[in-house]
Amino acid sequence: MKILYFAWLRQKTGIDSEDVDVPAEVGDVAGLLDWLKQRNANFAEALSDFESVRVAVNQEFAELDSPVAAGDEVAIFPPMTGG
Amino acid sequence: MTVKVQSEDFDVGAELERLTRDNHNVGGMVSFVGLVRDLGGEDALKAMTLEHYPGMTEKMLAEIEAEAQARWPLEGSLIVHRYGRLEPGDRIVLVAATSAHRQAAFDACAFLIDWLKTKAPFWKLEESEATGARWVEAKSSDDLAAARWRASQEKAAE
Repeated sequence: MKILYFAWLRQKTGIDSEDVDVPAEVGDVAGLLDWLKQRNANFAEALSDFESVRVAVNQEFAELDSPVAAGDEVAIFPPMTGG
Repeated sequence: MTVKVQSEDFDVGAELERLTRDNHNVGGMVSFVGLVRDLGGEDALKAMTLEHYPGMTEKMLAEIEAEAQARWPLEGSLIVHRYGRLEPGDRIVLVAATSAHRQAAFDACAFLIDWLKTKAPFWKLEESEATGARWVEAKSSDDLAAARWRASQEKAAE
């Protein structure tokens, strides 16, 4: 799975893009965020409040219960502020 | 339908000319230009850096234009959005809509910028003298502005 981080999520995690092998039991967005939180203190802080992050799966906006699978491109970012 | 995502500045006159030239069905064009502003006060804004999600940005902007075309009888539409480091007074975004009649063009232009603000994956980092660098937080007023188009669609469907 390819995971991308943008804006303060990129800064707090220290990662802009990575390829990761996610455990088979991770089946949805919430499960993925829970798994990422346990990696280290930076991830734990960045993902401490799921309400403050948005997720896209394969470049489509996703909800916490949206499915994720190996081979997906998942992006994690704050609410958007363009325009 | 045109979508451009670029770091360089754009020429508003040239972009709008391209949108209307050779299409004599266009009776009206409405455009909006967003600029980097300094709110004033003692903490002067030095720069604003726009980050985006290459690939998804272009896809979302194309979807937003397609939605505008589905809702109004448009002859054409345009979104140009910059990324990278910008300074106060710099242009950030240009949206425009053309139609046979003005009301569709006015409404579609407002819709394009309202939806873009909440649906296109851009993030603004502000740098000021006193505060340093700070990510701009999403505004609930932008969510409300985007939601009014949702509401008008649902009303129309009733």
